[in-house]
Amino acid sequence: MADTPKPDELSKIDHKPPLLRGWMDIPVDIKPGICCYGSKPKDLEYMSMPNPRDWNPLEDDWKLPEDWEDIIDKGMKDRLGKFRSFKLFMDICVRCGACADKCHFFIGSGDPKNMPVMRAELIRSVYRKKFTAGGKLLGKLAGARNLTEDVLKEWWYYLYQCTECRRCSLFCPYGIDMAEITIMGRELTNLIGLNIDWIAAPVANCYRTGNHLGIQPHAYKDMLEFFTDEIEDITGIKMEPDFNRKGAEILFITPSGDVFADPGTFTCMGYMMLFYYLKSMGLDITWSTYASEGGNFGFFTSHEVAKRLNAKMYAESKRLGSKWILGGECGHMWRVINQYMDTFNGPADHLENPVSPITGTKFENANSTKMVHIVEFTADLIKNNKLKLDASRNDNLKVTFHDSCNPARGMGFFEEPRYVIKKVCNNFYEMPPNTIREQTFCCGSGAGLNAGEDMELRMRGGMPRANAVKHVHEKFGVNMLACICAIDRAVFPDLMRYWVPEVDVTGVHELVANALVFEGEKKRTTNLRGEPLPGMEDEEDV
Amino acid sequence: MNFILSVIISLIAVVVVILIPWVGVGAFDLRVLFGIVIPYAAISIFIVGIVVKVLDWGRSPVPFRIPTTAGQEWSFPWIKTNPVDNPKGKGGVIIRMLFEVLLFRSLFRNTRLEYTFKDGAAKIDHEWEKWLWLAALLFHWSFLVIFLRHFRFFVQQIPGFVHLLESLDGFLQLGVLPVTGFGVPDVYLTDLLLLIALAYLFIRRLYIPHMRFISLPADYFPLLLIFSLGISGVLMRYFIRVDITVVKEFAVGFFKFSPKAPEGIGVIFYIHLFILCVLIAYFPFSKLMHFAGVFLSPTRNLSNNNRFVRHVNPWDYPVKTHTYEEYEDEFREKMVEAGLPVDKQIETT
Repeated sequence: MADTPKPDELSKIDHKPPLLRGWMDIPVDIKPGICCYGSKPKDLEYMSMPNPRDWNPLEDDWKLPEDWEDIIDKGMKDRLGKFRSFKLFMDICVRCGACADKCHFFIGSGDPKNMPVMRAELIRSVYRKKFTAGGKLLGKLAGARNLTEDVLKEWWYYLYQCTECRRCSLFCPYGIDMAEITIMGRELTNLIGLNIDWIAAPVANCYRTGNHLGIQPHAYKDMLEFFTDEIEDITGIKMEPDFNRKGAEILFITPSGDVFADPGTFTCMGYMMLFYYLKSMGLDITWSTYASEGGNFGFFTSHEVAKRLNAKMYAESKRLGSKWILGGECGHMWRVINQYMDTFNGPADHLENPVSPITGTKFENANSTKMVHIVEFTADLIKNNKLKLDASRNDNLKVTFHDSCNPARGMGFFEEPRYVIKKVCNNFYEMPPNTIREQTFCCGSGAGLNAGEDMELRMRGGMPRANAVKHVHEKFGVNMLACICAIDRAVFPDLMRYWVPEVDVTGVHELVANALVFEGEKKRTTNLRGEPLPGMEDEEDV
Repeated sequence: MNFILSVIISLIAVVVVILIPWVGVGAFDLRVLFGIVIPYAAISIFIVGIVVKVLDWGRSPVPFRIPTTAGQEWSFPWIKTNPVDNPKGKGGVIIRMLFEVLLFRSLFRNTRLEYTFKDGAAKIDHEWEKWLWLAALLFHWSFLVIFLRHFRFFVQQIPGFVHLLESLDGFLQLGVLPVTGFGVPDVYLTDLLLLIALAYLFIRRLYIPHMRFISLPADYFPLLLIFSLGISGVLMRYFIRVDITVVKEFAVGFFKFSPKAPEGIGVIFYIHLFILCVLIAYFPFSKLMHFAGVFLSPTRNLSNNNRFVRHVNPWDYPVKTHTYEEYEDEFREKMVEAGLPVDKQIETT
């Protein structure tokens, strides 16, 4: 693993591309710290994906199949015929440059090929050569070039430096979406076995065990039961998690990251506490060990693999006879649920239109997918005064909110989380307008790039987000970054430690659970993390 | 290829485009070729090319509904939604598209990165930058107005909207420029704006480092071509006057399919016409197709209604999944041991 440069070293970024060298004349230079490890053969084999073998992107020989160019050729043709987005986005870019300085990877790296327009041109240039008359005839003059092995490597290097955050597509006058081009490009690389380990392994895990982390059913149960002990220590209340129960009205699915690592675990405890709180009010909910993953790393592989993994959600709700599905806090999970799931694996006719059993509110905007976001579920509870909340328990926190890319630009989920946070926290501060809501900056580690070996890339890509956090930290004393995404919760602690060490990371339902006042609970002296609540500092050792 | 080469190649191409009719008509008097054959050919390529291209795009389906949501989605009645930037239905999409096509809504969001490194720390700012938006808007609208003004030549009876446009376009200029009153007709605002906007769009490609890096000959060439189209038009209107009645006779005949190559008219007219022919013949094969493509863009022209209206993928196919049965078969013993419910009990033999 490469050493990550120090922040002051890494911040010296020159955004000026070379003056006299055209981009086609600059060969790709694959750097450790920026690229991820190659996919392992066992993971590809488990998914019956092509060309399983050990390979290392830092070595010259990528062990490509003999006919790799043919495969890419056919793959491109096939996708141009299947996706209007792909064909259109290959044809209509005018290179106005509006997207260029909107990409967090360009801002944080200065690598000109990380400008979305440039990243797309890497593929477009080959498209022109293979599929347009001008490109065939005029070659370089028309911005066309052959697909050589070096070009392929360049594709791979930059396709796996895009987090599919769609910020560029917001600014594009034609709505050209680099995420869509990256998705196509990654489908192509997967046809010849060029995935990264951190995507291929979670995919295989998820396929087999139901979740990315490969947690087997008994271990999954153990982990949640461990949380109940923690919760009992803090609240004095013992809760019973509920698994794979047939006939439960609601099936709950959340990213497995929440079960596995801090601070996601506190968010997971938050869900459990909320469900327990609502039990006596009529909530009938179960967790599945089979569909124990909300996220979908298949989405970072290909549409087909995304569909194969996503199928579990509806299948499990059908097997259990649930009426509808409640989904946890996650980013790309919600883009898949919002924009793909129903098309992939619907119609979900075995389910009913979701209605909150507590408030009677009909979630009309989920009448087809039958899946409700837990933050909107909770927002509705709060709006209807169903939760007794003591926001002062979060008074030690000055909170800002990071809009995760996918719920932001793939759904439009802005007000619900803000409403909940403001009801459970007294100190809330927004980051600058150019860095939130639809203009939000990526964590820099999405779309499967949250590995360890590409830490430099992640610190670079997360820099614009961290810079905005730093701004509110310095201006308002913000010390907590809230988010509704499991990848965020997994990667922001590293990012904050690197750029703004004074700021910690939380999910929204951790904040909710801290503020939630249970009947018959013992006097709470600490929050879910075991840190003293405001005013309780002296009682900590009791 | 670097930017110098790209610009030189584009310049040469445009000079050649200008020289061809100059020599062809000026020296060889090929009026039929340049006045009739090439214009008909060009307009045919233009129309057929666009139709073929759009049909080709249309042939590829939209398997997933993937709008880029730029505002609050439709939610509870007590949450204010943004029906334009995040439309839930057709009405919202139409308004969103109108904003996009007529006002360049997305480009209006543009900002400029201001990156400073001081005292060991980086500061990232996103500064006001509406110049690109403004220049693009002025360029496109001016081009449209100029095109519409040309209808005074295309049809016998000058349509009312042309008079209106001309008076608006010219009225604003009355007495503003020193050139008026020197035997030069009133200057049209759009003539000036078009050239200024084009010049800006060209210069920014050379001046802004990352623009220099991403620009191709295919970016410089159309700008230069349209610029020379504008210049030749301006020359004809203000300086090297040509006989308008001849031009009109030609244009009206041309569109009635009884063309007569204009006679006794300056070669500048043929240059103007030829540049236009090259532009429209080049059009369907170039990035200029963005004018049609924007209407088909799936991130803009679809409603964000997936959660309540199912979208069907026409080429959907069944995929291999890992079923619950397979899962339980693998983990049954562990599940039973952990007290998890199972569908099939362990067989005790």
